[in-house]
This record gives sequence, C-alpha cells and structure tokens, in this order.
Amino acid sequence: MLRFILSRLLQAIPVIFIVITATFFLVRAAPGGPFDAEKVVLPEVKRALEAQYRLDLPLHEQYFAYLGDLAQGELGPSFKYPGRSVNEILFSGLPVTAELGLYALLIALLIGVTAGVFASLKPNTRQDYIPMSLAMIGICMPSFLLGPLLVLVFGIYLEWLPISGWGAIPGDKVLPSITLGAAYAAYVARLSRAGMLEILSQDYIRTARAKGLPEWLVVVKHALRGGLIPVVAFLGPAFAGLLAGSFVVETIFQIPGLGRFYVQAAFNRDYTMILGTTVFLSSLIVLFNLVSDVAAAWLNPRLRSQISGGGK
Amino acid sequence: MSSQVSTDSQGLLDEAEQGASLWQDAWIRLRRNRMAVAGGVTLLLFIILAILTPWIAPYNYEAQDLDLGASAPSAAHWLGTDVFGRDVLTQIMYGGRVSLAVGFIATAVALLIGVTWGAVAGYVGGRVDAVMMRMVDILYALPFMIFIVLLMVVFGRNVLLLFLAIGAVEWLTMARIMRSQVQSLRQQEFVEAAISLGLSPTAIIRKHVVPNALGPIIVYTTLTIPSVMLLEAFLSFLGLGIQPPQTSWGLLISYGAETMEEYPWLLIFPGLALTTTLFSLNFLGDGLRDALDVRGSKD
Repeated sequence: MLRFILSRLLQAIPVIFIVITATFFLVRAAPGGPFDAEKVVLPEVKRALEAQYRLDLPLHEQYFAYLGDLAQGELGPSFKYPGRSVNEILFSGLPVTAELGLYALLIALLIGVTAGVFASLKPNTRQDYIPMSLAMIGICMPSFLLGPLLVLVFGIYLEWLPISGWGAIPGDKVLPSITLGAAYAAYVARLSRAGMLEILSQDYIRTARAKGLPEWLVVVKHALRGGLIPVVAFLGPAFAGLLAGSFVVETIFQIPGLGRFYVQAAFNRDYTMILGTTVFLSSLIVLFNLVSDVAAAWLNPRLRSQISGGGK
Repeated sequence: MSSQVSTDSQGLLDEAEQGASLWQDAWIRLRRNRMAVAGGVTLLLFIILAILTPWIAPYNYEAQDLDLGASAPSAAHWLGTDVFGRDVLTQIMYGGRVSLAVGFIATAVALLIGVTWGAVAGYVGGRVDAVMMRMVDILYALPFMIFIVLLMVVFGRNVLLLFLAIGAVEWLTMARIMRSQVQSLRQQEFVEAAISLGLSPTAIIRKHVVPNALGPIIVYTTLTIPSVMLLEAFLSFLGLGIQPPQTSWGLLISYGAETMEEYPWLLIFPGLALTTTLFSLNFLGDGLRDALDVRGSKD
C-alpha cells in the first residue's frame, strides 16, 4: 500500500511541475505588462516597480527565482493590490470555498447515494426511472442556470431565502450549496446505481441472500462497500469540478471565495494572482485526485491485495 | 480444392453480411428507444433551425427597438424582447448557431486528435505506445478547467482559440478509448489473418480496425458534444468565452441572470434552449450506447 501511495506521489510531482512551468511562461507570454494599464507611470517609478516584481531580470532567472519562492510556500505579491500578497488573498478565500465545497459535496453524496441505491434495488421500475430522470435533469442543468433560477423562485418570488452573501444572514448558505452540489448529486446517483447493480449480481450477494440475511442487511453490509467504489473514485475529479463550479456559484451569489478571486484576477489581468492561484488550485486538485485514487484502491479488496503483493 | 475456396469466400460473405446486420440491429434497437429518438429528432430540428437562421429568423440580428425596450412574450415577439428591444427568439437562434458550432467543431478537433493518437499508440505498441500514453496520463491529471480560463485570459477571448482549447482537453479520453479498442482488435484472429495474408497496416487499419472501433467512438463523440457545449456556456457566462457582438446561449443566460428579477423570460428561454439540447444529446448518446452495446462508463 505504501509503495502504491509513493508511486502515485511520484507521478504527481511531474504534473505539478508542468503546471508551474506552463502557467509561468503562459502568463509571461501574455500581451501587455501589468503596469501599462490605466495611469501613466514615471520611468523611475516603473523601474522600481519592475525591480520589486523582478521583471527586470532575464526570463529564466525570473523563473528560477519563482521556483525558489514556491519552494518556500511564497506565491509573491499581487500586481493589482499592492501591499497584499497572493498568499494573504488566497488564504482569506480558502475557508469560504472549502466550506461551500464541503456542503455541496455532502449534499451530493447524501442525495446521490440514497437515490442511486434506491434506484438500483428495483431496476427498470418506476423506483428506478423517477430518480434517474431527475439525475438526467441535474446533469443537463448547468449551475449557472440552476443558480439564477433558484434565486428567482426561492429568493425573489417566495422570499424564503437570501439571494446573496455568505454567513451574513441566516440561510444564505443554502442556495449556493444546493446550486453547486446538484450536478454532482446527479453524477453520484448514476455512479452508485451502476456500481450497485454490478455488485448485486455477484455470487457473494447471492450467498448472503441464501443464508437468509434480510435484504437491507445484504445491501448495507455487503453490497454498499463494493458498490460505492466508483463514487469514491469519482470524488477526485468531482473536487476539480467543484472548484471550477465555485467560480460560477461564487460569482452568482457574490461570495468572497477563491473562485471569485480567480475570476476577478482573470479580468483584472492580475498576473501574479492568476499564476499563484493556478499553481495553488492545481496542486490541490492533483493532491485530491491522489487521495481519492488511494481510497478507491483501498476499498477494492482485489486491487488492494494486488498492490500489497508488490505490484506497482 | 476449388469448392473449398468457394465455401471460404462464402464464409467471408456471410461475415460481411453479419457485419452489415450488426448496424441494422443497432438501428432497430435505437429506434425502439423512444427517448433516444426524441433526442435525435429534437437535435436534428435544432440543427436545421441553426443552419436556416439567417433566412427564417423573425427579425434582423442587429435590429433594436429602443422605444419598445424589454417586453414580455407577445404575438409580435413570441419570446419577448430584451432591454434594447431586440427579439429574444432571434437572439436565441443566432446564439444557437454559435453554441452548436462550438459543440460540433471542438468535438471534431478532439475526435481527430484523439482517434489518430490512440490508433497510432495502439497499433505501433511497445515503447512508442508507452511514451504516448504516459503523455496522455500526465495531461489527464492537469486541471484543464483552470487552464482554459488561463488561456482565454492570456491570449484574448476569440472563438478559434476556444475551439482549440476545448478540443485540446477533450481528446484525451478519445485517445484512451481508441487505443484500447485497437489493442484488443490487434489480438483478434481476423486481424492476425489479415496480417498473415500480407495486408498493409494502413489497409488493416482502414478495413478492419476502424470499422470495428467505430461503435465506442460514435457513442463517446455524441456524449462529448454536450460537455463541450456546457464548457463553452460556462466560459461565456463568466465573460471569458464568446464576446459581443457575437452571442451564444451561455452569454444570453448570463445577460438574463442579470435582469431576471424584472424580465425572467430573458433567462428562462435561453436556458430552455440549452437544457433541451443537452438533454437531447445525452439521451441520444445513452441510446446509441445501448444500441451499439458499448460497455464502459461515460462518467
């Protein structure tokens, strides 16, 4: 197991390195410097600024200096907000986005697994069709449409819930979390249905039933563990999707999180901020993929014995 | 001896006929799936509308009626007008052209790169295969959503780049599918027979490999289009995709969301257009998967 984790970790390192390098040179290749935007800057001021941001050095020296900073966990100063570092901005947004993502994931898992397992118990009946049709709607209804529609119905017409903000008014976390989580609930429902259907046709389930175990125990004790492996494996990609989704949801609901900062940085052409955020978010995603891979492998006894058996 | 040859060729003929009836079977199965048929018909209708838009759109794309302003659906404007008095139906039709074009063209880019890459890796095998698929693995792990946003920021927001960027993301899965197909086909007896008969690699790929790998590729292509369209709409919604004066469903939804409190139809109708299309494509893709009996997960 340890070897498996280590080999995965070794695979992740080049990926993160490529991300850093590609992002750095892409951002540097962008047309227009960060200071030739609004106001005219005196040449000496410009030179001082360039020195501060190391823009006066040759490109490869800038790159290695940046790598050195990164190794110390330092993402550099923001272009747009002088005096604030990218680290500060990131860490002010991180808890908000993490909380939003966590709620969305909980909604996705609770609703998704329940609906998927429910549907798998009586395939091709109404108990299957209704949740699966809902799941299809969830997949085809993008968050940037679902969000405004929820706001329109529950915020404006019914006036049940606040329409924007995060943690200021009670209940303002409900709509963003649902908006972000809905599509993933749909995917999880489909995955857990498919996973359960496959497991429920296995011999050991027949054995469990033949022993006279009540059906709910067969499902909960024997089938769920195997049936949910696809869901666990999906959590890694889902995490990347949730982060991207937070771009939209945080914009719609005006939530001061990472996603909104990223979109704002993109619009402001705040290059150091874009660079820092991309590196940070990418590393998070790669790390999360790793964790979900390892968890899925650990849940799958066949794969686990193969890994412990000294394979790669 | 001569009779032996004729029975052999008879056998080949039978096989060829079976090959044809496989597609016929699939077609019959597909036609029995009502949701897939409905999806296909809707999609076809939307495509025809998109092609004919310049001739059949009720109003000129640039026509404004500032005196009228935003008005609810009426006999003159079936889906209402926006704040500039522009006809919403016309906007949606022109937006649909862009959204569908992005969906199909970006998918075609992905298809071309992915199928070529996967076929070469799978057919050549060995070290070439290992290196090529290793590259796919590494690219797979990259957080592309963030990269596309970055690309759009760095190189400006033009449609061509959008096609390329999205196509560049989506080809990876296509390459994996194609490679595994080619690899399993290579070990089949009829391909070995073709090799031993001295058929050239190109002929083998063209005559035996591609037709047999077509099923999964068709299914995955159908399912890639909606995800590409979603990606375009996502970027346009954030203001990083299609730029005015062009429009797309994602952009219309983003405008609609800004004014939905007063003019909900500006959000609802473009949303309906996008969702209906995505629905149709997903149902058609699922139907095709069942009809062509393709295993493997879409998710």
